[in-house]
Amino acid sequence: MIILKRKKWRDNPYLIKIKMAKTRRALTGAQCTAEAMRQINPDVVAAYPITPQTNIMHAFSQFVADGAVNTDLVTVESEHSAMSACVGASAAGARAMTATSANGLALMWEVVYIAASTRLPIVMNVVNRALSAPINIHCDHADSMGCRDSGWIQLYSENGEEAYENTIMGVRIAEHPDVLLPVMVCQDGFITSHCVETAEILDDETVKSFIGEYNAQHPLLDVDNPVTYGPLDLFDYYFEHKRQQVLAMENAKRVIREVFDEFGRITGKHYDFFEGYKLDDAEKVVVCANSSAGTVRVVVDELRGRGEKVGLLKVRVFRPWLNNMIVEKLSRVRAVAVLDRSASFGGFGGPLFTEIRSSFHEEKEKPNIINYVYGLGGRELDLEQVRRVFKELEEVKNGNIGKRVRYLGVRE
Amino acid sequence: MHRDVFETRFHGRGGQGAKTAAALLAEAAIEQGKYVQSFPEYGAERQGAPVKAFTRISDKPIYLHSGVTNPDVVVVIDQTLLKSIPVTQGLSEERGLLIVNTNQGVDNVKSITGFNGRIIVIDAVKIALEELGRAVTNTAMLGALEKATGVVDYEGLKKHILKHFAYHLGEDLAMKNVNAFERAYNEVGL
Repeated sequence: MIILKRKKWRDNPYLIKIKMAKTRRALTGAQCTAEAMRQINPDVVAAYPITPQTNIMHAFSQFVADGAVNTDLVTVESEHSAMSACVGASAAGARAMTATSANGLALMWEVVYIAASTRLPIVMNVVNRALSAPINIHCDHADSMGCRDSGWIQLYSENGEEAYENTIMGVRIAEHPDVLLPVMVCQDGFITSHCVETAEILDDETVKSFIGEYNAQHPLLDVDNPVTYGPLDLFDYYFEHKRQQVLAMENAKRVIREVFDEFGRITGKHYDFFEGYKLDDAEKVVVCANSSAGTVRVVVDELRGRGEKVGLLKVRVFRPWLNNMIVEKLSRVRAVAVLDRSASFGGFGGPLFTEIRSSFHEEKEKPNIINYVYGLGGRELDLEQVRRVFKELEEVKNGNIGKRVRYLGVRE
Repeated sequence: MHRDVFETRFHGRGGQGAKTAAALLAEAAIEQGKYVQSFPEYGAERQGAPVKAFTRISDKPIYLHSGVTNPDVVVVIDQTLLKSIPVTQGLSEERGLLIVNTNQGVDNVKSITGFNGRIIVIDAVKIALEELGRAVTNTAMLGALEKATGVVDYEGLKKHILKHFAYHLGEDLAMKNVNAFERAYNEVGL
């Protein structure tokens, strides 16, 4: 393990707060994320390369080499070690970050749970990629959806700019004293991570003052106030600790809202757990997460042009899940298609579908909901497939539900 | 152009700079206040294998995240691809444009591809060898594309090529790339 020692970064208290400025730049999603990490200037970053995440660390390690950040970049020998190093650093009181994809996340698994259960506010970018086997480097959401119950907050990003903003907001959410949970920021592998797009980047000072300095509540290195992390915890207290973890996730619902609102006041960009597009009088709605939302939006505009009452609901926050809000957003809709970019083998539909369908269980007023599993292993979601979904929703709207769980764009 | 979004597809082989050409075009466009997307199609990335790269340019934000299926322009950086890859797929014969790096004539390209739309040929290898000393033709092909479409500001694109290569390859090679770009721009027959 090589640790590059650098001078500790501190906020300069004499900096005069300047007016927020935005710059429009051509950046890949990976570069956007690296840019957020540069501005956050974490104390410790530990990472191991894996496609398509590598481009984040490629760009970030350049910042380290150029002295643009004061981060201790720990180049570990595996993802299991990457998350372990983040756990150690975070427990010590450092602001710690990492990034990974697919099999890298799978190798981290054990420590991913430990990070959440130890209540360490680590921020990790997950560049969504299909899990092996067969080996595939392209996008689907099997990796992050597998972490559904790991205790991590999950934010999804439609494009590089959103990945950038989610990363910055993620730091604030994770470190809030009522939360203290790790945050996973997801973006689509290649589609977002390797695509040069227009992205609005905030100025460094705005980001620095937004995230503030991190003062860990119970740092391991505070020798005057000794604490223990990760002790044996049997039937006497384990359950209580899990209950507190559930409570922290409940608190996150309020804190995420506060952070979104504050970010909106500063930047003028207002985000929500679920973001509707042309939902107001929509009868047929597609729900999805990440880059597909952009493609669906194009079809919504096209069909609206022909007078069809269609809309889109984009999922930004998957964990914690805001039951009431999904009901509020969709209860007046007549037919909903939930697009899942991951399969739940043996389950009744994909993870997003299961969540949405269950949210409506007690409701009297509810849409007919169907599920499409799509885009596995990077299979492209094109406009024609989305048009087909809206077309099939017409039948569903009229009560002919047919198959609840369907597959889109696959040879059968 | 004739649609809201200008779409280009570059065909090349791994290492020939198709991805870089697509990105340079996008980056130059954004400096001129446009909205852009640029992305390669990744199979198994390796030197010499056929690759595709795309650029979208628009006055409005671009939300679409699927590949380019009906490009306005196709740029073929390596003429050996004409026989092995369906380079004109989705390219309209009425309003599409095919730009090929070849030492052969338009008729030759037409007979290989069967494409009856507008074709522009340029011997970019000759230009690249004379200007750069290497058969890397992406900047020359950008010159031809710029002359044929004027999709971004000429001076802006030139400046951006200089900036990009000065950072990555040093000023000498950057100037040589600009020369290749300029020569192709001036020499391409429309």
